[in-house]
Amino acid sequence: MEKVVEMRGITKVFPGVRANDDVNFELAKGEIHVLLGENGAGKTTLMNILYGLYQPDSGEIYVNGKKVDIKTPGDAIKLGIGMVHQHFMLVHNFTVAENIILGKEPKKGITVNMKQAIQDVKKLADLYGFKIDPEAIIEDITVGQQQKVEILKALYRGADILILDEPTAVLTPQEIEELGVILKNLVKEGKSIILITHKLKEVMSMSDRVTIVRRGKVIDTVRTSETSIDRLAEMMVGRKVSLKIDKAPAKPGKVVLEIKDLRAQDHRGLPVLKGVNLEVRSGEILGIAGVDGNGQSELIEVITGLRKSTGGKFILNGKDLTGKSPREIIEAGIAHIPEDRHKRGLVLKYSLAENAVLGKHYAAPFAKGIMMNYARIKEYARTLIRDFDVRTPNEEVMASALSGGNQQKMVAAREINKDPELLIAAQPTRGLDVGAIEYIHKRLVMERDRGRAVLLVSLELDEILNLSDRIAVIYDGEIVGILDAKNATENELGILMAGGSLKNKKEGGIV
Amino acid sequence: MTANANNSHNSLLNVLKSTYRTLLFPLISIIVAMFVAVLFVVWGRGVGFFEGTSLLFKAIWNGSFGSKDSLIETFVYVTPLLFTGLANAVAFKTGLFNIGVEGQFTIGVLITAILGLISGLPAIVHIPLIIVGGILAGAIWGGIPGYLKAKVGTNEVVNTIMMNFIAMYLSNYIVMGPLNKPGVASTPEIRPSAMLWRFLGENNRLNTGLFIGLLLIALVYILFWKTTIGYEIRAVGLNPYAAEYGGISIKKNMILAMVISGGIAGLGGAIYVSGIQHNAMELTGFIGYGFDGIAVALLAKSHPVGVLFASILFGALNSSAISLQLVNIPKQIVFLIQAIIIIFVAADYIYKWIGEKRKKEAMING
Amino acid sequence: MDNASLPVVVALMAATLRQATPLILASLGGVFSERSGVVNIGLDGIMTCGAFFGVYGSYKTGSPAMGILFAIIAGMIVSSIHAFLSIHLKADQVVSGVAINLFSGALTSYLLLVLFNRQGQTDGVNALTYPKAFMRGIPVIGGFLSELNWYVFMAIILVFVTYFILYKTSLGLRIRAVGEHPKAADTLGVNVYAIRYLCVILSGALGGLAGASLSLGTTNLFREGMVSGRGFIALAAMIFGGWRPFGAMWASILFAFADAFQIVAQGFGWAIPYQFYSALPYILTMIALAGFVGKTTAPAADGVPYTKGER
Repeated sequence: MEKVVEMRGITKVFPGVRANDDVNFELAKGEIHVLLGENGAGKTTLMNILYGLYQPDSGEIYVNGKKVDIKTPGDAIKLGIGMVHQHFMLVHNFTVAENIILGKEPKKGITVNMKQAIQDVKKLADLYGFKIDPEAIIEDITVGQQQKVEILKALYRGADILILDEPTAVLTPQEIEELGVILKNLVKEGKSIILITHKLKEVMSMSDRVTIVRRGKVIDTVRTSETSIDRLAEMMVGRKVSLKIDKAPAKPGKVVLEIKDLRAQDHRGLPVLKGVNLEVRSGEILGIAGVDGNGQSELIEVITGLRKSTGGKFILNGKDLTGKSPREIIEAGIAHIPEDRHKRGLVLKYSLAENAVLGKHYAAPFAKGIMMNYARIKEYARTLIRDFDVRTPNEEVMASALSGGNQQKMVAAREINKDPELLIAAQPTRGLDVGAIEYIHKRLVMERDRGRAVLLVSLELDEILNLSDRIAVIYDGEIVGILDAKNATENELGILMAGGSLKNKKEGGIV
Repeated sequence: MTANANNSHNSLLNVLKSTYRTLLFPLISIIVAMFVAVLFVVWGRGVGFFEGTSLLFKAIWNGSFGSKDSLIETFVYVTPLLFTGLANAVAFKTGLFNIGVEGQFTIGVLITAILGLISGLPAIVHIPLIIVGGILAGAIWGGIPGYLKAKVGTNEVVNTIMMNFIAMYLSNYIVMGPLNKPGVASTPEIRPSAMLWRFLGENNRLNTGLFIGLLLIALVYILFWKTTIGYEIRAVGLNPYAAEYGGISIKKNMILAMVISGGIAGLGGAIYVSGIQHNAMELTGFIGYGFDGIAVALLAKSHPVGVLFASILFGALNSSAISLQLVNIPKQIVFLIQAIIIIFVAADYIYKWIGEKRKKEAMING
Repeated sequence: MDNASLPVVVALMAATLRQATPLILASLGGVFSERSGVVNIGLDGIMTCGAFFGVYGSYKTGSPAMGILFAIIAGMIVSSIHAFLSIHLKADQVVSGVAINLFSGALTSYLLLVLFNRQGQTDGVNALTYPKAFMRGIPVIGGFLSELNWYVFMAIILVFVTYFILYKTSLGLRIRAVGEHPKAADTLGVNVYAIRYLCVILSGALGGLAGASLSLGTTNLFREGMVSGRGFIALAAMIFGGWRPFGAMWASILFAFADAFQIVAQGFGWAIPYQFYSALPYILTMIALAGFVGKTTAPAADGVPYTKGER
């Protein structure tokens, strides 16, 4: 086996976190090698080191058997390494060709030879079977096409080693399939590929070998053909995946939230919600399953007032809340654990006490007129900290000083204590350790048992399956199926999430 | 967190630590700026380092605090800086950069020079009138870029710069046009009923405006840390996404902060005219208190109490101009000192950078 | 305007171009800086330094060409402070720009005393000689040409040069990429810091030249406050011109025209106060920015410091 990349003993420390801890990794020629791990496990950091974006604090890198020192992406490119980042690195108002040639422009005298560039790009695209217009502006083309531009960028620079960071996160099922074909073609041409993902199914269908990373450490490297989804999941999470929660059967009551034909657009003005219909009852957890980017984030944003809807409506306990402001919606009884606690959930430079009343800060008993009552606020924060077991010296500490798990507990505490009619939990356990995950799960079930309606959005199927009483699958901005969690299987959900239909399956066709 | 009894002790220590950290950098900036200034004196006067140092500091001290008159004059300079410093601080707290404090101050000056001419009003009506007038004028002048930022999304920095010039030319038009006092480049003197009390006698320009400024420091402190308005504008400044999520309107608070900031600046202009200047003059350049206010707020890290100390420093530097010239040091040296202070305050990141590096090294070694 | 025989329109056009020149040069500086992602409101101060050192250079060496060189170098030095603060130290670029402006004003008036032993303004120095008589001899446009100066030609040539660099060369492609999406450029091996340093220092060179065109090009001396906000007008012109070299030029010409026109208008006995013309550039820019006149969009990463290896 010819090793094209070998990384030995790589350690990388960011303030407060050891992202990579003595990591060893190797890539063989002509293979598709998956780096598997949960969010925050350190996969991307490792690859950013290989690509010269970060410098390791210690460790060595060998490319084609030679020890190398990769200080900048330029160095990596010279070594034949190309990277397709999760968030595309494209200049949105440049053309496809301009993006591809940037940094390695064909010249005519002292000017850029644009004609040549367009020809080169066309030739390259044809070679690998990409259909793409070199003169199109990036902001006008689809995400799938943008990804192809990213791959072309690497190939244009003569990359033999291709790193793809979570390439399927933003793709439609058809595009994922197409990507699979492209990758196979690339390997046929002698390229070696590293695929970063946390999605087990793609690992099984696309890769030759898998290296599993957990909390900055490599757990193992195995042949895909010699392992199974269950084994991989166990290694990835670090124990038998049985986050099964003991919960009593749900006692669903009246309809609390009613969503009717709800529509919305994304920041580019393209429709992302194409008529969502959904009901959430008191005393149940309704889970929304779906591949990232199918409209779940936007759905939550619309019903919390953070995004304007373009059609349809949503009703809470008979009261139409469509188009209301976030404050009016909070007051109407919707609480929300947001998917990104750093961006939305907390003002990191505020004390825990100040964060504890975010959203209720203007109302009694925390304020009277415009004067705030800080004594009451601190007292309240102490209650939350005690009740939710938030590990902190005191309530005056800045939120940024807490660990991720404790920050999330603080957010959950605040939202649950609003005693809402409807509790929305969007990826409530993302990036948390197992202890914190269990705690958050327990609290969500408790809220259900107290007769609250809970709307759970998660990208982790396990979480959906374990917590939900009913599961709605969102695909391409629509709810494509609602299953009873007792009978739902991962397989069925997978088919729906990929845009398939269960009827067809029973008739014997599909996927 | 072993024992609860330790908590209060810890938090006191934390307060001291954070105070030390907050103060360290401004202090370093001041020291470095003074040092550079000494070098300029050494070079300009051709004297030795120690002689240069003693010349400069003696002159600054004499000119600012050394005598009763200079002390009074220092606080004459401090008064408008309190307002412009606070005005900038309010905007900074909301994550906005209100370079337009200068223009809002100018508009406050202008409106007061106009309203101050009304005859037949008792002081008890006239002074509140010009105060309200100054606040409103400044608030409108600050509110326009605030509104444009919130509703149209245009950069407040650019718009406030533009409005500084518009204010200056508008003021010049009024001063040299409709309200020109024949033969001079200013408006006529305002009525005595519109003048603030010069409590140390008519010959000392110090006036009750100083106390209004000090009162305002307390008010802004309360505004920031005791009211829902402060809670909301600080939240918008620190994390607009979280603020929005918490039901706080980003747009409303941006406009509000610019209105408050402009109002304070306009009030400063009103106090300046009714306490010190007594008329509005034609401007060939900016009055300058608004720009100095940026420096004051930066040095104070937007803390209202810090604004007081930074204003005293800048006021002292300004008032020492004459005594500097007496010892043949160009008065421009004080502007140089001020500029260098800001350069170093701007370079605040050096400190943060070193701090982070140290933290990281500790983690690797530990 | 010493040539009374020229038609008013021609004199007006020439005056417009003369007054537009410092604005064009400085706004080109702004285009470079902001296209690479660094806001440079220190241009006003840089112009002040350029104006002063241009005169000082000519005074010291007797050669106005050396004066221009002094001005350019001074602009580059001052702008490299801004570059260091805003690129390396990730200082707030607006704060840094404010500091540069205050610093330049203080420095030049201090140096005026120390180097010239004068207060307020310097003595006159040698300026570039312009072949007025020869120009007048040129048929048809001779009268117009004779009213210009060399700086006008420099400014217009530099507009073309700037356009060429930004849109036709690989450097320009990289500059624009760095200003829109620095990380994308970085991942392709483009050195973001180097590009930004280059652009900010270039903007300093242009700002310095703009200052020289003001001091050496119009009055042959340096007077305190002579820049009087032109750096900001140039900034406004750059914005009004949509961060593009030709746009900035046309905006500069428009603003200068308003200024030149007021003199003519006064001759007509029109009653519009001159302060209105002075304020016009700022009012127009605000209107343009608010989107009432077409759409202006700043480079996406304008004013955002770039941190390598940020998480």
